[in-house]
Amino acid sequence: MRIIINGEAEEINEAELTVSRLLNIKNIESPDMVSVQVNDTIVDRADYDHKQISQDDEVEFLYFMGGGACS
Amino acid sequence: MRDFSTEELDRYSRHILLSDVGVEGQEKLLSARVLIIGAGGLGCPAALYLAAAGVGKIGIVDNDVVEISNLQRQIAHFTYDIGRSKVESARDKMLQINPGLNIETYQLFLQAANIREIIRDYDFVIDGTDNFPTKFLVNDACVMENIPLSHGGILRFDGQTMTIVPGESSCYRCSFRSPPPPDAVPTCSQAGVLGAIAGMLGTIQAAEALKFITGAGSLLTNTLLTFNAKTMAFRKINLKKQDDCPVCGSKPTITELTDAEQTTCDLKQLKKDGNYVAE
Ligand SMILES: [Zn+2]
Repeated sequence: MRIIINGEAEEINEAELTVSRLLNIKNIESPDMVSVQVNDTIVDRADYDHKQISQDDEVEFLYFMGGGACS
Repeated sequence: MRDFSTEELDRYSRHILLSDVGVEGQEKLLSARVLIIGAGGLGCPAALYLAAAGVGKIGIVDNDVVEISNLQRQIAHFTYDIGRSKVESARDKMLQINPGLNIETYQLFLQAANIREIIRDYDFVIDGTDNFPTKFLVNDACVMENIPLSHGGILRFDGQTMTIVPGESSCYRCSFRSPPPPDAVPTCSQAGVLGAIAGMLGTIQAAEALKFITGAGSLLTNTLLTFNAKTMAFRKINLKKQDDCPVCGSKPTITELTDAEQTTCDLKQLKKDGNYVAE
C-alpha cells in the first residue's frame, strides 16, 4: 500500500499494516523515543499492535528531543 | 504612549522601522515579561536576543554553574565565567547588551512546588531545559496557568520547536504524552550536539516570543518545526490539539503537578551531571 511517511510517499509491501509492524519495517531503533501520529491523531502506545494503517494515511514519527547536550 | 528617549529611538530603530513592529510594538516589548527556563544552549541565545530587543523584564532559571564543556554552545558564558552561577553569568551579558533591563534570576531547581508561582509573573515562557520530566512539568504548568510557551529540543544535528498557546493550540503533551523511559534516552556520551544547532533553535524560540508580544506574523502553533543541520532540511509538521490529551484535553487526568515522573535515581544522576535544568 502507499502511505505518506514524514511527508514522503512510500510503497509498503504489506496488505495489513499495524503501527508496530511499520515501526519494525522502518527500523525505528528506539520506539520509546518516537511518538506516532496518523492523520493528525496521536496513537496511544498501548494501541500500536492493533492500530491499522490504511492506504494514503499520513504517518508522522515525532521524535523526542531533549537537550542532548550535556555539561 | 510612552515617550521614547533619543537613545531608545536609536537603539531600537531597526525594530521601529519594521511596519509589523513599529513604535507600538517596541513599546509592547519594553513592557513585556518573558521567562527563560535553562541558561544553557537554548536559553543563552534566547536571553541575549530578548535582552537586545528590549524585553522589559526577563527571568532566567537555572541551578547550575558554568563548566568548560558548556562553552561550545552556551554562548552567554565566557571562559572567565567557569565556576560561576549560570544565571549570574547570563544576567551580566544581558545587562552589558542592554543596561536598562530588569533581569530576575532564579538559581534553583524547578519543581512542581515552585514552578507555578514563578511562571505566573510572566507573559511568555521559553523552555530551554534538557530533560524530559522538566519539559513535561513546564508544559503542564503553562497549560494550568494559561501562559504561552515555546518548546525546544535539540539532539546531535537535529532541532525541533513548537509554540503552545494554552486553550487554543496543541500542547507538548498532546503529541508526546509522557516522558520516555530514562533508559531509552541517549546518554550524554552517546549523544552530543553541534553547538550552532543550539543557536539556531534558541533564536527561533526568541523570535517566537518577540512575535507573540508584538503580534507580528503567525506563530508555530499546532506546528512542530523540525530541522536537520546536515541537510538543512526544515519541515513543518501539522499538529492538532488532541481531545484525549492528559492535561489540555476535554477530560484531563493531570489536574495538579507532581514530581513523580522524576525518579530519585534520575535526579541524582542529573544532579551529578550538573544539568538538571539547563540545556
Ligand atoms: Zn495537550
